[in-house]
This record gives sequence, C-alpha cells and structure tokens, in this order.
Amino acid sequence: MTVISPEPTRSPESRSISESLAGKRLPRWAPLATAVAAVVIGYGIGAAGSIFGLAWFVVAALLFLIGQTAWSFAVEGRRHAIDRLATTLIYTCFIVALAPLLSVLLSVITKGAGVVFTDFPSFFTETMRNVSPRKPGGGVAHAIVGTIEEVAISAAIAVPIGIMAAVYLVEYGRGRMAKWVSFFVDVMTGVPSIVAGLFIYTFWILVLGFDRSGFAAALSLVILMIPVIVRTTEEMLKIVPNDLREASYALGIPKWKTIVRIVLPTALSGIITGVMLAVARVAGETAPLLLTTFLSQSMNWNPFSGPQAALPTFVWDQISNGTDASVARAWGGAFVLILFVMIFYIGARLLARVFAPKAR
Amino acid sequence: MSNTATENEHDPLIPHGHQQTGRVGDRIFRGFASGAGIFVLVIMGAIGAFLIWKSIPSLQADSTNFFTTTEWFPDDNPAVFGIAALLFGTVISATIAMVLAVPVGIGIALFIAFYAPRPVASTLAFITDLLAAVPSIIFGLWGLAVLMPNMQGTAQWLNDYLGWIPIFDNTLGIYSKSLFIAGVVLAIMVLPTVSAVTREVFIQVPSEHVEGALALGATRWEMVRMAVFPFSLPGMISAAMLGLGRALGETIAVALILSAAFTINWHITEPGGNSFAANIALKWNEAGPIGLSALIASGLVLFLITLVVNMLARWIVSRRKDFSGAN
Repeated sequence: MTVISPEPTRSPESRSISESLAGKRLPRWAPLATAVAAVVIGYGIGAAGSIFGLAWFVVAALLFLIGQTAWSFAVEGRRHAIDRLATTLIYTCFIVALAPLLSVLLSVITKGAGVVFTDFPSFFTETMRNVSPRKPGGGVAHAIVGTIEEVAISAAIAVPIGIMAAVYLVEYGRGRMAKWVSFFVDVMTGVPSIVAGLFIYTFWILVLGFDRSGFAAALSLVILMIPVIVRTTEEMLKIVPNDLREASYALGIPKWKTIVRIVLPTALSGIITGVMLAVARVAGETAPLLLTTFLSQSMNWNPFSGPQAALPTFVWDQISNGTDASVARAWGGAFVLILFVMIFYIGARLLARVFAPKAR
Repeated sequence: MSNTATENEHDPLIPHGHQQTGRVGDRIFRGFASGAGIFVLVIMGAIGAFLIWKSIPSLQADSTNFFTTTEWFPDDNPAVFGIAALLFGTVISATIAMVLAVPVGIGIALFIAFYAPRPVASTLAFITDLLAAVPSIIFGLWGLAVLMPNMQGTAQWLNDYLGWIPIFDNTLGIYSKSLFIAGVVLAIMVLPTVSAVTREVFIQVPSEHVEGALALGATRWEMVRMAVFPFSLPGMISAAMLGLGRALGETIAVALILSAAFTINWHITEPGGNSFAANIALKWNEAGPIGLSALIASGLVLFLITLVVNMLARWIVSRRKDFSGAN
C-alpha cells in the first residue's frame, strides 16, 4: 500500500488547469516549508504571551493544517487538498497517541528510578513495617512476594482451564454450545476487574466464609486471566496445520493423544506467549486486590492466610498517604511494577516473534 | 471467531460419530475440555447470580429510590442510597473518553494499516499495544501527578472561550480532580483497545478493493473513505463499544483522579463526580454489612451495563466471522 504515493494522477479539474497529462502537484518541499512557517508564526504568537504553555504548538499545528490545505487547494484542486488534510490528521493522531505513552514511561523512570536506586538493594529487600509515611526508607519486598505468589497461583489455576477451554473450542466444539462458550469468552474479556473482585468477595468470603487472603486475590485474577489465555491459545491452535493431525490419526493415534503430543507442542510457543501476556495483564490489577486481600505493611509469605501486599496496592497505599516521602515511594513502586509488567510483555512478544509458527 | 460450524473442517477425515470409539482416554480428555468450556459459562452465570443474591439485603433496606437517589448512606438507619450520581459520573467520563479516543484510535489504526511505511508499521503497532500493558494504577498516578497540573490551562481555556456551552462553564475557578480530566485519562487508556481492534478490521479489507480504488485514480483518503470504511464499519462500531466497556469499568485511575462527590454536576471541568467502580474501591473498607451489600448492588448494575455493551459489540463483530476483537 505504500507504493501508491504521489504519482501523477488524472482528474478532470487538473486537466482543465493544464494541458499536460499529469495534474499540477505541490513541490516535494511544500509540507516542510509550511511546517516551518507554521512553527515560526505559532511560536511568535506564543512568545507574544497571549496563550498559555505549550498551546503555541497547537496553534502551529492548526496553521500548518490550514496553510497546507489552502495551498494544495489552490494548486492541486479540492480532492488532493482533502487528501493532504486527511493525511496530516492521521499522522497527528499517531503523534497524539505516542505523547502520553512517552510521558508515562518518562515520568515513571525519572521519578521512580531515583527512589529505587538511592540505596540500591534496600528498596527491594525491606518492607514497610514500622516505616513512618512521613520518612523515606522502607521498600517493596513484601509487595513483590505478594504479587509473585498471587500471580503464580492464579496462573496455575487459569492456565490449565484456559488451555482446555481453547482445546474444546478448536478440537471438539460443535454446535450451539461451542458458540455460546466462544461468545462468553469474548464477553468475559470485558468484565471489569472490580466486578471480578466483587464476585470473589461474595462467593469466597461472604458465602464460603474464608478470610481475606492472597489466595482470594489470586482467584479474582483467575477470572481476568482465563479469557485472555483462551483467546490466544485458540488462535495458536487454529494455525496448527491439519496435516499434522491427519498424519497422527492415520497412524492410529487416539485424538486425545494427538492433541496432547502433537497439537499442543506445536503451538507451545504461542501458548506461552499468551500466558505471559495474561500475566502481564493481571499483575497490574489493583481493584480486585483491594477488595479481596486489601493492604499489608509487612511480609506475609503465606498466601492462604491474612492480608497480603502487592505492587499495585502498595502504590495505591503510598499515594493515599499523600506525604512527599510516600508519594516518592509510590513512584518507586510504580517503577518496579512497570518493570515487572514490561519484562513479561516484551518477553512474550519477542518469544512470539522468534518462534512464530509458520502459518499456512 | 472459531468454533463455528465452518471451523469444523479441521478434521474432515474423522466423521463426527467416529470419535466415540470407546477409547477411555478420548472420553476423559473430551470431558475435561468440554468441562473447561462449560466452566466459562458457569462463571459468567455465577457472577450474576452471586451479585444479585448478595445485593438483595441492601435493596430491601433502602428507604429511597435506588435509581434516582444521589446520596450514599447505606449504613444509616434508615438506609439512604442510590446510584444516580454514580451512573451520571460513569456515563459522562466514559462519554468524554469515547469522544476523544474513537477518532484518534481510528486514526492510529489507519496510520498503521495504510499510511506508515511497511517495515515500521509492525513496530508502531507494538508500541501502541504497549500502552495497553501499562497498569491502570500507573495511569492514575500519572494522571494525578503529571497530567492534572498540565490540564489546568486547557480547562481554563475551555471555560474562557467555550464557557457559553454549559458543560464547559466553570463557576468555581478550580479545575483539578474533574470528570473532564478523568475522561482524558480514560481516553488514553482505551486508545490501544480501540486502535487494536480497528486495525485488525482494516487488515481484513480485501486488497482488491484497496488496489481497485487506487487504480481508478482515487487519492489515498478517497480509497479509505470509499473502500475501507464501508467494509469495516461494523468492526469500527464494535471497537468503540469494546473501548466503552473498558472505560465504564475502569476503577483505580478514576478513583485516584476524582474527588469523590455524590452530586450530579454538569460542569465537567469542576472537581467532583464519581463512578461505580471508583466508589466501590473507595467505600469498600469503611462499609458495614448493608454498606457492602449496597456496593455489591452498584457493582451488579455496572456488571449488567458492561455486559450489555460487550454483548452488543461482540454480536456486531460476530456477524462478520473473520475477526475477533480479543487482544
């Protein structure tokens, strides 16, 4: 699709303008020149002090939009003017979307790294036990332990269920039942995380009478994890070539053994990718943890009893304290959390790229 | 979208009835797989059932109309609470998010699918997807500490120049902790969802349509308008609705940014506002038995709203079988 660019095109308007076969086009340097002019004028208006902050940039962008469209309208005609306008807007959308991402990453790194690395290992080895909200110090050791245990437990429950549900959809699913399952897996991806927490609270704590614990939190994460794993596994199973299945059946191997020994191993890298994406998704969930395990300032190794800290709830707690020292710790916790999530996320994508199964 | 009848050409050599050859392993394995599939249905049913069950006590105790009351004192005697303010805040913040995120998200998808040079397109797609992996607590923290101070000017400008439109009017002169800022943060959070699903739809557009339009002399924008949009309209609608579902249910970022207030205030740049999810997170630990039940009742309403939105979105998508929006 990139080949299509500004080769001469014929249009009724352009033919009436000139006798040549190709319509008139703006010179190649036109966008650049318009941009420079727009920035200069925009900055001038900004410097004159009539608008606030970075708004001069918005003014410049608007000037560019108007200037280029008008110029193009005069030279190339209406259709190309609209095309240039649309192109500029679409590029703008992309830049507008990148800006917050960069800003989020930059502020987490600049504000968080300092706290994490000032006295290096202590932020990772200490807990918040007996640390005053007003004083610096303390660490996220208890939160890291909580997050790892909760995510590991929920993965241990959700992965088998998710993979088997995907096997059902791809290998066994027939008729109305399979349609419903598939539909509700999709709908389940949209269940708000706080509703998952509410459900586990009512089911596990109110009805079955257990206490708040890391395990209850893990159960609520299971609900968020299952649909992600089902969908990614399903996609992977679908691109396993049928020849493999048929060859296996031809050798007289039962269907279940074919699935376990041939189909699943072939799709393994893709399934692992899906699991890692699911882990990255749930590791950052705060809301269900607040309902099902709440906060803890000290180390709790046992996920089956008592409140347990986790990285997201650590950040939440430190923000709510509101003092300078604790907000700094919140940024530190955010840094560790985003590191944790990004390792899984980028690891998953790299894995997917390296071991990409050859789709037919 | 798998699972449909067309998918079943997976094993054409094995006729349907032939699987039940009496091999125990096959039957057990099939049982496990079907069980896992059914488990999904059971969970969805159980979420609804348990939330209804546990919200009944508070609904019986409520002395006012649950849908029109704007106060929240469920543990008082008599209990006074209702979801009107929550519904208002949830819908308004999600609407702001949609107004901002849908056009930009479609723009990003167009950029990656048709405008960006091929070699960089997949990297750009990866980067926008990265936005989806950032936890909501971090968006909340960022929104509170970085975005909010920088939105002051914009909100003030809206008041100064568009203040004649009632929703932009700011009578307090305070511009922080507003539904407007919450909506902007939500917009950033749902952007990856909207753009990823739309991109997936755009990639499905038959290249014959695209190349045909260009061969007839259409400009790139005309190609998009005449070949891409008509084909992918249902997908774009459902992408927007999936984003809406996310925005409605988002908890932590909204809870951090809003200064929770039980009012219906149409001046969206003023502090205040609340949402279902944020209210549950904020009130959870100070709630008594009826308070918990009341929060569960409000969670039930949120669940039903997102359920309807998501089911509509999926239904629109599933009418065209070739793509699914999930992640």
